[in-house]
Amino acid sequence: MLSVTDLQKTYPSGDEALKGVSLDVTGSETVAMIGPSGAGKSTFIRCVNRLTEPTGGSVELDGLEITGLSGKELRNARRDMGMIFQEYNLIERLTVMENVLSGRLGYVSTWDAFRRKFAGDDIERAYEVLERVGLGGHENNRADELSGGQRQRVGIARAILQRPKILLVDEPTSSLDPESSRAVMDLLTEIAAEDDIPVLINIHEVDLAEEYAGRIVGLRDGQKVFEGGPDDLDETARGQIYRGEEIPEGAGPTGKVAEAGTPGESSQEEGQIRRG
Amino acid sequence: MATEQPEQRTWRRPTAFYNHYVKWAVYVVITVFLLWSAWNMRISVARVIEGWGAAIGLIQGMVPPEFTPFKMDLLIEGLIESLAMSVIATIVGVLLSIPVAFMSAENIAPRPVYWVGRGIITVSRSFHELIIAIIAVKAVGIGALAGVIALSYKTVGFFAKLLAEEIEDIDSGQMEATEATGANRVQTMLFGVVPQVMPRIIGLTIYRWDINIRHSTIVGIVGAGGIGATLLNSFDQYDYDFFLTIIIAIIAIVMVGELISTYIRGRIQ
Amino acid sequence: MTDYQTWERRTPRQRIGRYILMLIVLVAAAISWQLLQINYSYLGTAPEEFMDLITRMYPPNVGYTGEIVSPMIETIHIAILGTALAVLMSIPVALIGAENTTPNRFTFVLGKFIISASRSVNVIIWALVFVIIFGSGALAGTLAIAVRSIGFCSKLIAEAIEEIDPGQVEAIQATGANSVEAAIYGIAPQVKPALIGVSTYRWDINVRASTIIGFVGAGGIGVELNTSINFFAWQQVLTILLAILVIVVFSEVVSAYLRRKVR
Repeated sequence: MLSVTDLQKTYPSGDEALKGVSLDVTGSETVAMIGPSGAGKSTFIRCVNRLTEPTGGSVELDGLEITGLSGKELRNARRDMGMIFQEYNLIERLTVMENVLSGRLGYVSTWDAFRRKFAGDDIERAYEVLERVGLGGHENNRADELSGGQRQRVGIARAILQRPKILLVDEPTSSLDPESSRAVMDLLTEIAAEDDIPVLINIHEVDLAEEYAGRIVGLRDGQKVFEGGPDDLDETARGQIYRGEEIPEGAGPTGKVAEAGTPGESSQEEGQIRRG
Repeated sequence: MATEQPEQRTWRRPTAFYNHYVKWAVYVVITVFLLWSAWNMRISVARVIEGWGAAIGLIQGMVPPEFTPFKMDLLIEGLIESLAMSVIATIVGVLLSIPVAFMSAENIAPRPVYWVGRGIITVSRSFHELIIAIIAVKAVGIGALAGVIALSYKTVGFFAKLLAEEIEDIDSGQMEATEATGANRVQTMLFGVVPQVMPRIIGLTIYRWDINIRHSTIVGIVGAGGIGATLLNSFDQYDYDFFLTIIIAIIAIVMVGELISTYIRGRIQ
Repeated sequence: MTDYQTWERRTPRQRIGRYILMLIVLVAAAISWQLLQINYSYLGTAPEEFMDLITRMYPPNVGYTGEIVSPMIETIHIAILGTALAVLMSIPVALIGAENTTPNRFTFVLGKFIISASRSVNVIIWALVFVIIFGSGALAGTLAIAVRSIGFCSKLIAEAIEEIDPGQVEAIQATGANSVEAAIYGIAPQVKPALIGVSTYRWDINVRASTIIGFVGAGGIGVELNTSINFFAWQQVLTILLAILVIVVFSEVVSAYLRRKVR
């Protein structure tokens, strides 16, 4: 579904946030991106829907090249990417319903948007989604009257209402307490599974990543240093991601040297690519 | 076989007004009033076209601005008078405001005194300085005295209101503690109230001085001293290039005043 | 003998600083006073003159009230229409005058220029100019009020726009909305309290300004006020002043109500 090739982002100040990261997200899997602060995780996710403009590389969603799109085409493509933010980014002074319906803004005309006139189907679905995230009855509350966990659920509802092809989730639990974090992660993965949507989630709580993701990607200093399942994420791997420990010569994507009988050459190449 | 579709739910944005009918009623009333106001203006295409011609003529008359020595002397004389007026008016106004502010603070003043103080403030704030200026001119004659009176009067209303609010916002604990030591009324004010409001007094004084500079440039229009009289004379005598010169000078002074005021207020925070 | 410890409220340096400041103020006051060349005899008689005036004003001429109803209504028209026009026009000016919403450097400078120019010229000067252009009457007055108010409102609204949370706007953009929709959903709700506050603040000022632009022929009660004063009809003057007081207080009540309505 999502195919990112050699994504680079260098800021005008010279800061290289992403030094060529490639990643594929297919089917309806949940991919978690972990790494220390400043590794480039947020930058990567924001480059996918071009809230941040990449300076190199390409992003393809369902075969459509995102990086070259302009204006209206980009807006149409963004409709298919539902984003959930760390700080929720709800419109505080508007009602919960307006926040959820704003997920459909890519489909209504400006005048209808101004008059808050959305399609009947969308409104009905909005009610359903609100009930699904456990906020039924709250549609007329102002967003700033809700707790953190509730706000994040509205954010999820907004993204879902877009009927997206992929969910891009940027540190959804950083501003939440542990209990709300679990509730939000449960909800996210359940909905994604029900609607058969792949999820790319940027998260720094490693235990949550291990529990909820099918695949984990480790980023350090703008480069991918780990890719594998939760079981592959052992102490060596964590050391490489978080403490910058040496990645041995000939190591595969999981950071370990291939054992006899396993395809070593391709791993060696990958290792060289990652270190080079 | 026809499938039954369940009733779709709808949603309407809640309104700040009592209900949606009230909301529409208010919108209609406002629109009607605005249209009535506009109709009263007697705007017509002919008027706008004529106006365009007059505007061009005016601009041609104003440009280029005049800088002859004689006129410059007049200009500087007027500006200095305006500046002097603003200084005196601010000082006098602030000094007078302090007692009025204490009179108008709910937490300090007894009820009848409070009402008198608030009354003074309301009357001061309700009338534009030009009204006070024009009456002052009739009372004490043309010249800077009338202007100083008018500006001081407005300063009292502005300053006393803000200072009274500041006094009402103070931490009463500090005041009570001072009273508890056996201090009399004045001492309580000095130790319990004044220290809390002093920074604000200075900041507000600078702010008001900046405003008074602006106003001092126009009270002369009704004869109350300052560059305003020169301004009006030049306009009435069709001396439009000098008019533009004066305007530019006023703008320059106002901008400089604003810069100084912002700088000083930034420093004392 | 032990030396007693002393305590001073301010360090010597602070004290010198305060004395210098006070000195500057006193010197400025003295110079200004000299420059004004106020005739001390006039100063002495001033309180008497004022008392004389006030006694002449009382009681107000009640019969005159009928004659000022129409001009007072015109004054209100000018204030409302002028403020409404100004608020409408200050929204686009504020958008280009705010660093985070202006399309390019040129529009930003243009916005700042419009704001400065409008703010630097007093409303009565605008009235003078518009009377020449459009003839005397309420049209000149309304335009003068509107033009002066644009600068005031746009400056404060632009400041509010610059303080918004950009994350909210980004979230709307991420759904595929266009920039107008992003402004409607992302910027407008955040700026609305400031907008209402600024508008009612300026409305209060404009009500007062509308009462005096008649002095230069731009409509409103100022015309009658000027005439009454010049004819020394002091009881009529008091009537007008009382009417103005009523209008101003009423308008403040309305604007306080509006500000409460919008959290």
